[in-house]
Amino acid sequence: MNAIIENLPRFLDGFGMTLLLLVVSGAGALVLGTVVAAMRIAPVPSLNGFAAFYTETLRNTPLTLVLFFCAIILPYLGSTLPYLACAIIGLTLYTSPFVAEALRSGINGVPVGQAEAARSLGLGFRQSVTLIIFPQAFRMVIPPLINLLIALTKNTSVAGGFFVVELFTVAKELANANGNAVIAILLAIAAFYLVITIPLGILSARLERRLAVQR
Amino acid sequence: MSASVLFDAPGPKTRRRSLIISLIVLALLIAGVVWIAFTLAQPRESSGLTLPGYFAPSRWDIFADPVVWAFIGRGLLNTLQAAAIAAVMALVIGVLFAMLRTSVYAAVRIPTTVVLEFFRGMPVLLMMLFILLVASTGAFWAVVIALGIYNGAIIGEALRSGLASLPRGQREAGLSLGLTRLQTKVSVEFPQAFRQMLPVIVAQLVVLLKDTSLGYIVGYNELIRTTMNNLASFYGNRYLFSLFIVTLVIYLAVNLSLSWVARRLARQRRGGAVTPGAVPLTGDAGIGGSSVMAGASDPADATTE
Repeated sequence: MNAIIENLPRFLDGFGMTLLLLVVSGAGALVLGTVVAAMRIAPVPSLNGFAAFYTETLRNTPLTLVLFFCAIILPYLGSTLPYLACAIIGLTLYTSPFVAEALRSGINGVPVGQAEAARSLGLGFRQSVTLIIFPQAFRMVIPPLINLLIALTKNTSVAGGFFVVELFTVAKELANANGNAVIAILLAIAAFYLVITIPLGILSARLERRLAVQR
Repeated sequence: MSASVLFDAPGPKTRRRSLIISLIVLALLIAGVVWIAFTLAQPRESSGLTLPGYFAPSRWDIFADPVVWAFIGRGLLNTLQAAAIAAVMALVIGVLFAMLRTSVYAAVRIPTTVVLEFFRGMPVLLMMLFILLVASTGAFWAVVIALGIYNGAIIGEALRSGLASLPRGQREAGLSLGLTRLQTKVSVEFPQAFRQMLPVIVAQLVVLLKDTSLGYIVGYNELIRTTMNNLASFYGNRYLFSLFIVTLVIYLAVNLSLSWVARRLARQRRGGAVTPGAVPLTGDAGIGGSSVMAGASDPADATTE
């Protein structure tokens, strides 16, 4: 217990770094994922193909390999980015195809009748997507998107393996330094992660009930 | 005829415009790829030395040696082995969790829920470190047990929602035939829930396979550690890039074929056997057009972890 209280500042530093990774790469992934999803449904075949290729490739590559590329191969190829930026880029890239797929499945979940009604009223592609389809799709995908953020929270721990000092790195270092309090330290670190993931999970469940489109 | 309802079947003008945009995008992509390849192929000056370009034979010659491939094969085998054992463990733990979580006794149900939430909310990597340090099992079992427990918790939740989606009549019919509650659950409810959730479970197993790569960080000699660490330090860092490309291709080959199986299962379930209580789906012609998997019940969405 002493080991935890004495090292509380380090825990908080690590927690702050985890939060930073989560917020920045979460926002990046949402933006990038939306762009990819838009490309996927656009009426231009080459954009569709590119988006599908991007999604399938990144979704089937382990996060470790993506981060390895960003943190070790890129500097080797001549980039001089700091490791934090590398980790953020890696996490953003890895999460974005999942966001794109979630959005697309939301769009697919809107009944075809809605699109047909919009089209038969004379709305064009852009109008029917932005006014009719997207507002309904977005409500449906909020819970899956929050689940993605929960997964991202847990995935930030992998960045700890690539020279970013966040909660996982703190756990490793403190556990090595305090051999007699390993269990306490690891439980404390787990608690810090749960502080993020459990409220998000509750939020997701509550929104799911509130936002569900009644049909 | 266009698959999408969002826009009309394009006329000659739109077709031409779409073709032009397509060609521009294609040209940009090709230009980008050529530029990257060209830049990588150039020899580089570094502190007075001229290093060969990344496609120079001196960076790829180790792959002519069968010993290297044997080594990579061993790494792949280690990855698959860990994934296979962890998958069996995850299935068993998942069934167990789903059973306990749906128990009629609150004394069983509530502690199980707490434990399940704890395991679900914690990073797998931290769990691996925990097992490694506390139980000192060695890296292999740390990877396997952590993946087993974590994915077991997720599969357990999937099974539970499968159980919840069954019509009540199934359970009532079992009970009214004189089966005990446990018998009803094992022989009536579980087989159906399992079939219903099969796509989700298979997709989760693909994630499990991807997550064995975390062994790189905790020191288990799986594929990434074998290529990027052991081989790269043995043959020298100039092979790092080539080894990375080879590793990426192997992972993509394995995972894409597994994802393909998962997708086929999902489609079979939708097209084939009628499940009680299944939501009627609009079919493949969703709004997004040309979709391989339509519907919000896309198994791949649940599987980012």
